[in-house]
Amino acid sequence: MWSLRDKYAIAGVGYTEYSSKSGVTVLDLATRACGNALADAGLGADQVDGVISYTFNDSVPAMAVATGLGLPGARYAVDYQAGGNAANLVIQAAAAAIEAGLAENVLCYRAMNGRSGFRLGGGRELTARGITQHTAPHGWISYPQAMAMWCRRHMIRHGTTSAQLGAVAVTCRDNAALNERAMMRQPITLADHRNARMIVEPFRLLDICLESDGACAVLVTGAERARDLRQRPVYILGAAYGGGPNQGDDLFDAIRWPDHDHNYSRYIADDLWRGAGVGPRDVDVAEIYDCFTYSVIVQLEGFGFCPPGEGGGFVQDGRIARDGELPINTHGGLLSEAYIHGLNHVVEAVEQLRGQAGPRQIDGAEIALTTAGAMTCGSALVLRN
Amino acid sequence: MTAATYDKPLPPPNEESRPFWEAMKEHRLVLQKCGACGKVRHYPRPVCDACFSMDTEWMEASGKGQVHSWTISHHAFHPGFKGDLPLVLVIVDLDEGVRMCAQARDLDPEGLRIGLPVRVDFEDATDDLTLPVIRPA
Repeated sequence: MWSLRDKYAIAGVGYTEYSSKSGVTVLDLATRACGNALADAGLGADQVDGVISYTFNDSVPAMAVATGLGLPGARYAVDYQAGGNAANLVIQAAAAAIEAGLAENVLCYRAMNGRSGFRLGGGRELTARGITQHTAPHGWISYPQAMAMWCRRHMIRHGTTSAQLGAVAVTCRDNAALNERAMMRQPITLADHRNARMIVEPFRLLDICLESDGACAVLVTGAERARDLRQRPVYILGAAYGGGPNQGDDLFDAIRWPDHDHNYSRYIADDLWRGAGVGPRDVDVAEIYDCFTYSVIVQLEGFGFCPPGEGGGFVQDGRIARDGELPINTHGGLLSEAYIHGLNHVVEAVEQLRGQAGPRQIDGAEIALTTAGAMTCGSALVLRN
Repeated sequence: MTAATYDKPLPPPNEESRPFWEAMKEHRLVLQKCGACGKVRHYPRPVCDACFSMDTEWMEASGKGQVHSWTISHHAFHPGFKGDLPLVLVIVDLDEGVRMCAQARDLDPEGLRIGLPVRVDFEDATDDLTLPVIRPA
């Protein structure tokens, strides 16, 4: 369990433009986002001694970014082979590294040309290597197809409806409309969701996240140091990573998962809340990993905002809107802001807790949840200002 | 059809999966079984997750099972499948206690439900590749 409550903080966030064609290399994106995070924090590159990232063979290694930034003394560098499940793990790992004396100021980033370069959702590498030899030859190749199987199971078991999925899509888009960096800002209605092209049943086009070029970066440091820097510190109250049994051979492989009507969130919720010393009812704003609309519903259940099976009802009637009981994905999420593999959720949570979210600011937000992952393993943070 | 003209992803069998694909060519479904504790596992892998034995046997499977979940894919995600849309993809709980996935054949999408009895059948895709498919029991 997380035992570092309030000892570490996020002191800076940075990001690039989010687009479908960046026109620059991934190294350019990564370096720029990290540089922006340092400028935001008011910290010089000479003070950074740790760099952590995650990659799906679509990014650049931490040492390349350390070199690009001209860090004189990088002594801690980790590249996780992971997807969105690691978006919060990297920050947990940064704090743990500082606690262990391995570094003092750690940059975490995710950078990808996810639309113009390697398209993660577009069919992986279009091969049947490794474990995918048991799926790809059947035409079962991409995450939307895999997640559709999970969603189907949830719908049958619990009566979850397409209109409930639509409520998530509409909420995210409403928020993105107020977010200058969001890729999709044109508001949508439940009817637009209902009439959207069917991609892989039960998912329509608006149930599936975007593909994006871009990068995000987050600077983690000690709480005391953070108080001396430029921005109001955002403290790491709680952090958890994991999943249940049989997490699979890679993120796509969930064939042995106990039941596809729940995901990793159920398994890490206790760790998360006990470490943070708060519970779901204390959360003012939640940035929930939304690679698919359904992913939000199943995580609201897993993290204890509602009982198992009741996530579909929970997202209706404005409960997850900005003025609702639990505002979610105030930036628009992966569905409407951009697909920066969940690190953009952390950026948004930090801006909300600093009171810098402009027209989409949740008044008086003090505690934020960020989650990362949708299937058999994932991570989460509880942050406070 | 030869592999040279086949435009879909081909499985490259490895040390763990080769017996599975070789049996497929003979229109037999085989599964790994732990030589120590008897636990059946799929997909093929080197170690038993119940007792950690690497002593592995292969057993004939019944090919009988039930629908665990499914999706109907209207998008190909790989150019090789564009001519086959929509794909009905099914995860099956085999009677042996493991799951596998494959395309459905002769299963009415409207009639699909969790627990629907099905059986594994075989289709020769190339001279060197036979794929499992799922048919009504």
